[in-house]
Amino acid sequence: MTPPVLEVKDLRVHFLLDEGVVRAVDGVSFAVHPGQVVGIVGESGCGKTVTMKAILQIVEPPGRVVGGQILFRKDSAPPVDLTRLSPKGAAMRAIRGAEIALIPQEPMAAFSPVHTVGDQIIEALRLHERQWRPTGPRLSRHEAREMTVDLFRSVGISMPDQRVDAYSWQLSGGLRQRAMIAMALSCKPRLLIADEPTTAIDVTTQAQILNLLRDLQRRHGTAIVFITHDLGVIAQMARYVVVMYLGRVMEQGSVADIFHAPKHPYTRALLKSIPSLHVIPRTLLPTIAGSIPHPLGRPHGCPFHPRCPDAIPGVCTERVPALRPVGPQQLASCFLYHRDEAAER
Amino acid sequence: MSETATPWLLEVRHLRKSFPIRRGFSRRLVGEVRAVDDVSFTIREGETLGLVGESGCGKTTTARCILRAMTPTSGEMLFRAADGRIVDLSLLSRAELRPLRPQIQMIFQDPFGSLNPRMTIFDNVGEPLLVNGLRNRRARLERVAALLELTGLRAEYLHRFPHAFSGGQRQRIGIARALATEPRLVVADEPVSALDVSVQAQVLNLLLELQTRLSLTFLFVAHDLSVVKHISDRVAVMYVGQIVELATTEAIFRHPRHPYTAALMRAVPAPDPHTPSGDAALAGEVANPANPPPGCYFHPRCPFTTEVCRTERPFLRAIGAGHLVRCHRAEELALTGAC
Repeated sequence: MTPPVLEVKDLRVHFLLDEGVVRAVDGVSFAVHPGQVVGIVGESGCGKTVTMKAILQIVEPPGRVVGGQILFRKDSAPPVDLTRLSPKGAAMRAIRGAEIALIPQEPMAAFSPVHTVGDQIIEALRLHERQWRPTGPRLSRHEAREMTVDLFRSVGISMPDQRVDAYSWQLSGGLRQRAMIAMALSCKPRLLIADEPTTAIDVTTQAQILNLLRDLQRRHGTAIVFITHDLGVIAQMARYVVVMYLGRVMEQGSVADIFHAPKHPYTRALLKSIPSLHVIPRTLLPTIAGSIPHPLGRPHGCPFHPRCPDAIPGVCTERVPALRPVGPQQLASCFLYHRDEAAER
Repeated sequence: MSETATPWLLEVRHLRKSFPIRRGFSRRLVGEVRAVDDVSFTIREGETLGLVGESGCGKTTTARCILRAMTPTSGEMLFRAADGRIVDLSLLSRAELRPLRPQIQMIFQDPFGSLNPRMTIFDNVGEPLLVNGLRNRRARLERVAALLELTGLRAEYLHRFPHAFSGGQRQRIGIARALATEPRLVVADEPVSALDVSVQAQVLNLLLELQTRLSLTFLFVAHDLSVVKHISDRVAVMYVGQIVELATTEAIFRHPRHPYTAALMRAVPAPDPHTPSGDAALAGEVANPANPPPGCYFHPRCPFTTEVCRTERPFLRAIGAGHLVRCHRAEELALTGAC
């Protein structure tokens, strides 16, 4: 197997507040192989967005990466640990946007309203030119504009030569997200991070955007980390799934295993509690008891134990389970499967 | 079910709400956005009508007109009041509306914005009681405590402030406040869309239970088809200010008759990797309600468009028992649903 493009190892991101320490990401590990779509799914406060920010080294203070490694590999060169790079240094800036690109959740907030969308993409193309085109003459403004028009065409924006000169507020939600995808793909990144890319748009437009991403992924073979809270979107997009809860990975495995043979009680409960188009109307849904704990009131032991139907008294309440294999390609952090070993801290 | 025997609680007839578009220094009128364009439906006592559609389809404007948070441009909204009188909500003045307000209440989308952060839970939930004449503090305390317990919260939380609660708990508080005046009609505008999946199921179950216990009538506005399917007896689908299909939940999900309804169902990503969805995504975008296309509003995106769709506007007509559809070709199309 080819070595992974991205390897996150025991990542810890803590927020040091006056009231205490919020362990937003607390020992997260996963890998992304070339051309693979890895889905990160979880509810609010599970740390999925902070993980994304740590990879791009854009965690805002008082948040800090306090442990772990983020190994990013270019071609055959030895991997770079992104946590060691200075967030504002030249090395990180060469990676951010060029090698690792981001499709944010809210494209309205991501584009500048006082520059045309075309200008913003042209700027990125010219800024990162040496990353996506190591040799050749300097890119002229005119050439960059032509490339932007081509990019717009490839993401299905009609009348691309006119839309290049539009401001983001003149575009509809779907078009804006397409322009954002064009911008993310402009520098031919090795890894694309999509953070809830369809959460702010309507369902028929969402279907179009998901089709577009799937198609682009097949054509370019870009590796994608797809972050969402929507299990339907994950099932349709990802090949490998990481389920997070309160800053920790509960379970990870192939999309088929996670949806058809979930091992962790949290994954099982989550899958059962979604209202689906295929259930009988007006019946009570199975629910997960309680609610997500406050970030400062993290439970002792396994973070899910107060809401878990299978919690083992004296075990789950005391120790934190480590992520261990529960199948050929499936890992879970749960004492139901390895009660005697594998506790952390 | 004796559907025809149950009397209606609300009958909306030819409701219209348009917003003027003004330009220039003299604010001259250059057009109008027809946010709600000839919407008619009835809600029977004790049922839940789901109103579903994408953003900008007019579902929230319809809900706000019913609550008279807005005055409709034209149309009637007949409400059967508790004393048996039938009143047209669209004609009433503020003063005339006041005695009716306790009977029609609302549950809001945003559990963070809809509670006053400077007021305790007791004051938030108790305010509608105070406004409606329950001056005795002790009586109010008892009533609020009962309401909190009804919605699954502990009564000792009474004197805390909203910030101490999670999203799901706040939504329960919002529901308790809506129920404080013993309403007959509850308008819920996207009540679970801001909640996490695991909490969303709890709130949906709570709404179902409360409806049975208190025989409430719901107008449930949402964009999420699976949520609407879960809670509704009947479903109305809106597109660019108009109802394009209205039927029982069972009928509409099993045999949608309007191409837009069918496309909406297909667009929902299935939470199952072995059921690929979204392959036949609708092309194009929602029509502009300030400048809708001629003929059927949906024809530029419809895969079944013919000449008549381009020129003639379809009417909402019956196609089966209680199944209404606004499509010229509803009889000939064989559309697949989601059941």
